[in-house]
Amino acid sequence: MASVATSPQPVPPQALPAPRERVSSWPLIDRICYWLCWVTGIGLCVIAVGIVLYMFVKGIGYLRPELFVKSPSASLRQTQSGGFLDPIIGTLIVTAIGTAVAAPTGIALGVWLSEYRRPRWLARVVGSSIEILAGVPSIVLALFGLLIVSQGFLSFLSQGSPQGSLGESFLDAGLFMALLAMPLIVAATYEALEQVPNRVREASYALGKTRITTIRRVLLPSIRPSMAGGVVLGMGRIIGDTAIVTVLLGLTLKNESVGSTPIIGTLRGTGSTLTSYVYYNSPAGEGNSHEKAYAAAFVLLMIVLLLNAIVTRITRGSEPGARSWWSRFSIQVRSIAGPSS
Amino acid sequence: MVAATARRPNPELAAAARSDRRAELLLGALAFGAFALIAFMVVTVVLKAWPSFSYNGLSWFGSGGNVETELRVMREGTPLPGHGLAYFRAWPLIWGTVITTVVAVVLALVISTLAAVFLTEFAPARVRRIIEPVVRLLAGVPSVIYGLIGILAIAPWINEHLISNSRKQSVIYVVQLNGANLTTASLILTVMILPIMIALCANALAAVPVSWREGSAALGVNRWRTIWRVSLRTAWPAIAAATVLATARALGEAVMLAMVAGGTAFAANPLDGLTFFFEPVRPLAAMIFQESEGLTIATLSHTIYAMAAVLLVSATMLSFAGWAAKQPMKRYGVRA
Amino acid sequence: MDPLMPPPIRRIVVDRDPNVAPPTASNGGGAATALAGPRKRRPASTPALVQERMRLESVWLAYGSNWVVRDVSMTVRQGEVLALIGASGSGKTTLLRSLNRLTEVTEGAARSGRITLDDADIHEVEVNELRRRVTMVFQQPNPFPMTIFDNVAYALAERNGRRRRRRTPGIEAAVEDALRRAGLYEEVAGDLDRSALALSGGQQQRLCIARALAVEPDVLLMDEPASALDPASTATIEELIVQLRETIAIVIVTHNLQQAFRVADEVAFMHLGELVEYGSSEQVFDHPRQQRTRDYISGDFG
Repeated sequence: MASVATSPQPVPPQALPAPRERVSSWPLIDRICYWLCWVTGIGLCVIAVGIVLYMFVKGIGYLRPELFVKSPSASLRQTQSGGFLDPIIGTLIVTAIGTAVAAPTGIALGVWLSEYRRPRWLARVVGSSIEILAGVPSIVLALFGLLIVSQGFLSFLSQGSPQGSLGESFLDAGLFMALLAMPLIVAATYEALEQVPNRVREASYALGKTRITTIRRVLLPSIRPSMAGGVVLGMGRIIGDTAIVTVLLGLTLKNESVGSTPIIGTLRGTGSTLTSYVYYNSPAGEGNSHEKAYAAAFVLLMIVLLLNAIVTRITRGSEPGARSWWSRFSIQVRSIAGPSS
Repeated sequence: MVAATARRPNPELAAAARSDRRAELLLGALAFGAFALIAFMVVTVVLKAWPSFSYNGLSWFGSGGNVETELRVMREGTPLPGHGLAYFRAWPLIWGTVITTVVAVVLALVISTLAAVFLTEFAPARVRRIIEPVVRLLAGVPSVIYGLIGILAIAPWINEHLISNSRKQSVIYVVQLNGANLTTASLILTVMILPIMIALCANALAAVPVSWREGSAALGVNRWRTIWRVSLRTAWPAIAAATVLATARALGEAVMLAMVAGGTAFAANPLDGLTFFFEPVRPLAAMIFQESEGLTIATLSHTIYAMAAVLLVSATMLSFAGWAAKQPMKRYGVRA
Repeated sequence: MDPLMPPPIRRIVVDRDPNVAPPTASNGGGAATALAGPRKRRPASTPALVQERMRLESVWLAYGSNWVVRDVSMTVRQGEVLALIGASGSGKTTLLRSLNRLTEVTEGAARSGRITLDDADIHEVEVNELRRRVTMVFQQPNPFPMTIFDNVAYALAERNGRRRRRRTPGIEAAVEDALRRAGLYEEVAGDLDRSALALSGGQQQRLCIARALAVEPDVLLMDEPASALDPASTATIEELIVQLRETIAIVIVTHNLQQAFRVADEVAFMHLGELVEYGSSEQVFDHPRQQRTRDYISGDFG
């Protein structure tokens, strides 16, 4: 049978949408699994939205503008008095110190792991160490920190004598918070550098530039979004931490400074952060005024959400197109592996 | 043979090479410093913990006393008859850690596999766009907020609706039952580690080559069976690695568990039947967090550092387990 | 060069391959005589041997608003190899994939027209049921990361939704039969528990063919099955195709004209989605009626 195609119709006919596979035709056990998947997916959304809504409702209910500007005061009627100005400042200080220490070191380590990595045994060992660090609980980091800063020679970091100090101050806490953020920053920098194609480096070397110049002038600027994303993620982890704060910050209601120099005094002094403030005011702590706990928790949550949105915005357009958000998020998540509590 | 004429050395090039060399040495030193710091951490924590281990020996991990009493003894300095000050039996803490971690990880594994399958295979694009920020949001919530919701909302609910008065009366002489218990802790811990596992599982499933899934569909195998027999089978090393990561996270959770796991360090007894689910527990990290004010007292601090050492060694071992779990993946060249 | 003269090519001499099992009586008998001796131009197939399996009537296919296949009508018969030829983008692969409804997997696919399998509209039949009767072999060999045995037994175990135990005599026999029909049994018989990924490219493709044959399909679709393989493997697969057509209707998409000439009985030439020429292999290659066909065959484009 031989036929020749007729001249093509000028107008294509009405198209029927292609039918999809009908789940109802599957065996029973497959159908159960299918619906289980749907239930989990939707359930997940419900839980997450539930958490946010609950905090929102409770927090807004108890949030008053004056809370932002008053310092906590020790009074018998905790629910009526004081605000959380000091804890907010405390959070800011600790985050600033932690990020300031973690960012340069984290980026430098990421650069070394990606560009240099000689000798090889050292590269493997350092890589493993960073991974281990990512998995160490923050309470253990806090205890380690205490061991170090309570030595006499480091007493300048806080109030204390050369014989030894309690080692509790913003500087101490901030320093060890850096250990929390570092794996995240290292991972972000490392992954981003691995993505940069070799021809970029070769082009720079061919122009006679040294390795360090290439890194500083060509590579690092090109991965700025990823680095920034990593840094912001690190900040998020620092902000959410309570354990290091509890051990290394002294947990005084107000930020007490030590000595008379203005800024250094505060840094050497003790204080609290939003996280410890929430804990303190919850039934688990001594304050026992859950209104303030809710309000402070709400502020904390908003800060974290804001940081999340910033990370999304920063890293959205920068990654090579084909990478789905799963792979991006997985890289971040792998460095969050360690608990920050 | 023409002798090569010596070129006049270019001072700029030499200086640049020197600075390059300097930079390399500096960075290398920094890297070594990082490694040294972490090694130092392990060593010092174990050293500080040593007195507690050396006094108690391997029985440190055993049972045989009330943790609360033992810690009080150390605080007050009056030893119990027949034992030294450093007497300590950590079994209730270890058991509490094991239960909460295992329950949370198992639950999270099942839920996150289903959710990951949902996200990569069954979910329509609109639903996917909603869930993506949702999961990321859950990952970023600080643990103290989970603890707050637990202690102010979930625990009271469980206390009122799930624990009957008669049950409380039945164990009143041993332990007090309230909303802060094993179940609450495990549930909230599950929610905390879900985001990590979902992201990593979804990543693993999405990395399965399309050609395999297409080939299976072309043979008349329905989507679920394809996932079960091809995708999950390929992705299980990555899922195992994700589980290890989640375990590390669960192990080290201190604040949330301190708030909701229970008022005392009690070894929940499965033989108690249904009451088992409502007994309080106190995992290791939560215990450390609770006792962190007592670090100035010598014996107490040794004991607390001993707990920290256990956690630290566990974290290290989990790191290696994670590395080992990823090895089978190299066979297929699947990058996860 | 005379545009009507087909390009110089090599013909395959098809002898009975001792490693490939002859069609058994249950499969409708085989015309053994057709395979013996050097391949000549076969006389027009007698109706007793050839049976219509699938029919396409005015099929239009689109992705989004882009019509990729326009008004195609043809017939797929058992006992024949139908080759779809044409340049890239002519719609031949899309047409092939519509035969087992793989086009549905893509978002935004739309269709018009009617495709029937044994007089039943394939869009009414349950899709997995259809795909067991119309199986497909892809361009890149895609064996699953399992053993050879598990690969071939894969779809068998899923039939009826029940997992069958591996050691059923039924399954083992079916696997061996499929491997023999695909010409792979001799090479792997020693160790069926080896990983399928350890095989060479040609072996993997034959494994995929065995896997597709194991479910005993009525129609076998092949999307450029040999394009990723070396010439020796290609020759083996072409021999296989010619032998399989007795019991299974085969539709093969190929951009290799010589291959089409070697294996095809019916040829459909497509260009930009339209069916330009459709007829027997002799007619299309030796006496093409359309100018576009002549141009393509003589290599003026594509």
